[in-house]
Order: sequence, then structure tokens, then C-alpha cells
Amino acid sequence: MKPDRIVDFIYDEVAALDEMRWEDWLALFHEEGRYWMPLEWKQQDPIMQPSLMYEDRLLLTVRVERLAGERTFSQKPKSRCHHLLERPRVLSLGEDDGVCKARTSFIYTETRGDQLERYSGWVSHHLVDVDGALKIKLKRIDLINFDAPFGNLQLFI
Amino acid sequence: MDRYRGNAKAIRDLVKGYAVHRDTYVDKEIFDLEMESLFPNTWVYVGHASQLKNTGDFITSKIGHQPLLISRHRDGEIYVLHNRCPHKGVKIASEACGNTGKFFRCPYHAWSFKTDGSILAIPLKKGYEGTGFDTDAASEGLARVRNVKIYRDFIFARLADNGLSFEDYFGESLSTIDNMIDRSPEGKLEIIAAPIRYMHQCNWKMLVDNQTDTCHPMVAHESSAGTAVSVWEREKHKFTETPMAVQLYAPFMSPYEFYEGAGIRVWPNGHGHTGVSGSIHQDYDDVSEYMTRMEAAYGPERARAILGDVRHNTIYFPNIMVKGPVQILRNFIPLAVDKTLVESFVFRLVGAPDKLYERSLMYNRFINAPTSIVGHDDLEMYERAQEGLRSDGNEWIDLHRLYEADEPRDANEVVNGTSERQMRNQFYAWSKFMTLNMDQSVEAAE
Ligand code: FES
Ligand SMILES: [Fe+2]
Repeated sequence: MKPDRIVDFIYDEVAALDEMRWEDWLALFHEEGRYWMPLEWKQQDPIMQPSLMYEDRLLLTVRVERLAGERTFSQKPKSRCHHLLERPRVLSLGEDDGVCKARTSFIYTETRGDQLERYSGWVSHHLVDVDGALKIKLKRIDLINFDAPFGNLQLFI
Repeated sequence: MDRYRGNAKAIRDLVKGYAVHRDTYVDKEIFDLEMESLFPNTWVYVGHASQLKNTGDFITSKIGHQPLLISRHRDGEIYVLHNRCPHKGVKIASEACGNTGKFFRCPYHAWSFKTDGSILAIPLKKGYEGTGFDTDAASEGLARVRNVKIYRDFIFARLADNGLSFEDYFGESLSTIDNMIDRSPEGKLEIIAAPIRYMHQCNWKMLVDNQTDTCHPMVAHESSAGTAVSVWEREKHKFTETPMAVQLYAPFMSPYEFYEGAGIRVWPNGHGHTGVSGSIHQDYDDVSEYMTRMEAAYGPERARAILGDVRHNTIYFPNIMVKGPVQILRNFIPLAVDKTLVESFVFRLVGAPDKLYERSLMYNRFINAPTSIVGHDDLEMYERAQEGLRSDGNEWIDLHRLYEADEPRDANEVVNGTSERQMRNQFYAWSKFMTLNMDQSVEAAE
């Protein structure tokens, strides 16, 4: 595994989000993949400690289909998003366990009508190779201000 | 110009029962009066004793705009103090919770206070001799809130010196808190993590109203719960059992008839709840071991009675909602006429299997988080209402649904579950507690 393959995957992943290709984005998740946004600093447990999000593919599919719904009033007008990434730091090439790990600093912007909301933090990727394609086992988003009260955060960091 | 200050009649005229005037949601002066009168006149939830386990533990809280500091003193008692230095007014504690050790120390000039609020030491004490300081209220330290009631670990306070007693104020409504506590085999709840926080650009009462608004889930949440149901119908052949997530989302799509039959109960002073004879929480999977532990603690009959009471949302007027079967408390904290912070806490049932806490945490992030799709639906409605109410096309908010002209203002009654009766009930109480001291001061002046 070359580090560049992991870096390219991460850039391609957020490109799918920024271009609102939601189905393509979902397809990047492993069958057992999870999207996790903790509510504590260096949180260890996504289930027995409160999280902002901890979702499997079924729940992510609900979110994606909701965004397209005719009666999804909170998406009139539709939100857009933008990911600004620092170069990912590849932390593991998965030599031991097959799980490649990277951590990437980001600034994320999401619109709601005329408003812009900005979030900053770090995204951690756990990626595995399935039949020659990388898949997301875990995408973890640690916001710098996870404990602050936000308004609606509706798309995907 | 003051239209409402000191004018109890003008305030009462905003509440007609079947309608309320928009000023209750959009008028800045009304909001200020809520902070000055409504909140101080009522018993407000300020925290839970489990957040103050050890000597020196403290939490900060608010009643209306007034900052509070609640601490566990070495005598084992909990003190509710004004979070304001008697010197120049600096807030003593700025964090949501912590442990201060043996004393609080003001960061500005180092006056220090015992954890019951009394003064411990002042630097250069000599400079106060002969100044009259020792007879000034400042010498007493952090002012104590006098009317405090800790009901089975739930801490409530009333800032006004006079008013209804805690028992008269809440009456039978305390049965929801009782039921939530009784769901622990040890009769004990604890908060062991931070709440989920969610900011809303709308008046706090829109959120309170929504808790017993049973005609909105199948409409406003069609996008979230409805999509969850349709995705599940399509995908369920891949599963061997219904995931907890689907069990939590799906009941939101229950039809009108379900909510109608489930009923709403109103109590005096603005309290009330949905889900009298059934609720969206009634069909969750049994958690193994739980019933065994409950029966061991309470006996089979009482255990079944406790778990069979699945009441939905209980409003403790003015600004909290308690969800007994899911062990969630939501605090609707008013910040401005059009700004409300919601903090949603989960309680752990001491002695119950972990699965219950897991489910409550899941419910909280599915429904009450800024990242929750159900929350997204609701916030959109509140914020659109806040903008829509600027229209001069109609100055009134309609609450006619199942209105009866002679409905009593302070009653204990069960009504049709799609009634807007509990919203009216809240406004009857609102009118009463907004004007309580206004009448007294007018009477005193006469
Ligand atoms: S303001 Fe607190 S010591 Fe001066
Ligand atoms: Fe809702």
C-alpha cells in the first residue's frame, strides 16, 4: 500500500460530498462502516458515551434519501458544503491488521439559506481494501468545539 | 415605550385560550418581563444531585437571565447560590461543572467563599474595618436562593420570596419524575455525561409547545421518520431483527388516531403530558435481565405497573420536558426573545442493564441533536414560525383545536390526545405567573 493511495482516497471522498454525489459517497463505505462524530474530547466509546452521530450504512442511507425528499422542508433551499483539507497524515499502512489509518485537519463550511456555518477539527479515516478498492470502516470527526451548541448541521463533514 | 410593564391587564389580554397574541413570542418587552417575573415566580429546574457527588462539586445554571452556582458543601448539603461576587459582581464559576475544592475564589480580587457561599477571607481585610461593611449584605458572601427544593435528587428553585409552595406548584405532576426514578431497580438516576446542546433562533415557548404537539410528527417528520420507515421496508430482508434505531424512528409516523387515543393529561399551573394510555415509547424490545432485576426490587406487580406507564412527554412548566420511559430531560433555556438553547440530558438508571442507557443515548442523538434529522425538521418549523409571526396579516396564533369555551384553567383532566389543551394550559399558567407580583405591587400601591 502506498501512502498516496490513501491521501487520494480522502480527497476523492470529500470531492463526492462537495459535489453532492451522495450515492457515490455512500458506496465508499464498507458494509460494516460507521460514521462517528464524538461529543467528548478523545472519546473512546461511541455507544456508552454520548455522540453527535454514530451511524451505520442503513442510517446514512436514510440521511441521503431524506436530502432528496420532496417534503424535506429544512432543505428548501438546499444546503451546500465545502471541505478544505490539510494534507492527510497517514498514520498506518495497515501492515499488521489491514486497516490503513489517516488523520486530516479540516475546515468545513455548510450553507443554510443565506447563512454560512463553519466547523473545524480533524477527521480520522480507517480504510480497508476490499477486492482492490478502499472502503471506509470508520470515519470519525472530532470537532474542536464538539461541546458548543450548533444550529442545524445537515450534510456530512 | 412600555406597553406591558406594570400592566397586568394588557398581559392577560394576550391569552384568549383559543388564541394567543404573537407578542408572547416576538415582543422584546414581553421577553424581558418573562425574565423578571415569569421565571422568578415559578419553580425552575436547575440541576440534578448526581452532578454533585462529592464535596466541592459544583454546577452552574440559570433561572431566566440570573446566573446560579450550585454546590455540595462539606455538611453534605446542596446550596443554590447566586453566581455573582458580592464585590464587583464577577461570576465566580464559568464552567458548566467542576470541583472547586474547599472554597470558591473570585478571580478578580481573590475574595474567597466557603462552598455554602459564606465569606472565607478577603485580602487586606483591615481596609474594611469601620466602613460598615460588616452590616452590608456583601459581608454575607454569595447570596443564597432561599426557596430550594430537592425532590428525589431533582433540584428546583424559586427566586421570588413569595409564591406557591413546591408541593402546590407541581402537585400530581411529580408522578412522571417518580416513574422515571422508579424505573431504576435501585430507585436512583444519575447524569454521567454532558448534555447534547442545540441552538435555536426562536422563542423558547415554541419548543415547549411542540412537546405536546401530537399533530406534527406524521407531517413535519415525514422527511426523517418517514424516510427511515421507507428505507427500512426496502432493506429489511437483509436483517434478522429490527434494529434499535428503526424501533426509535418508526413510531413517529403513527397516525392521528394513535395520538388521539393515547390522550393528553393537563395539571394545574401549566404542567401536562402526552401519552396517557399508550405512547410512541411502548413497543421497544424488552431488554434482557431488566425485568428480572425490577421484579426482584419491586415485586412482579409493581414492576409491571412502573414499566407499563409509558407516558410520552411531560412538561414541567415553564421550561423543561421529561421523558420517563427514555430517561431524558430537555431544558429549554431562553437566551433572547428569538434565541433558545436546548440542553438534553440522559439519565442512567442505576442498577439497570447497560442496554437501556445505550438506547437513551441513541434516542437523544437521533432526536435532540443539531445533527439529528428529526431535530432538523423541528428547528426549521420553529424558525420559520419566528419569521412568519412578523406578518401583520394576523396577529394571533390559533389554539382552537378541541377548545371548549368553559374549560377550566387549573384542572387535572384527561382529554383527546390531539387537543391543543396543554398548550392552552401553559398559557393560562403563563398569564398567571407573569402577572403574579404585578398584582401584588399594584395592590401594595393602592
Ligand atoms: S469582584 Fe470578586 S473579589 Fe472583586
Ligand atoms: Fe417534532
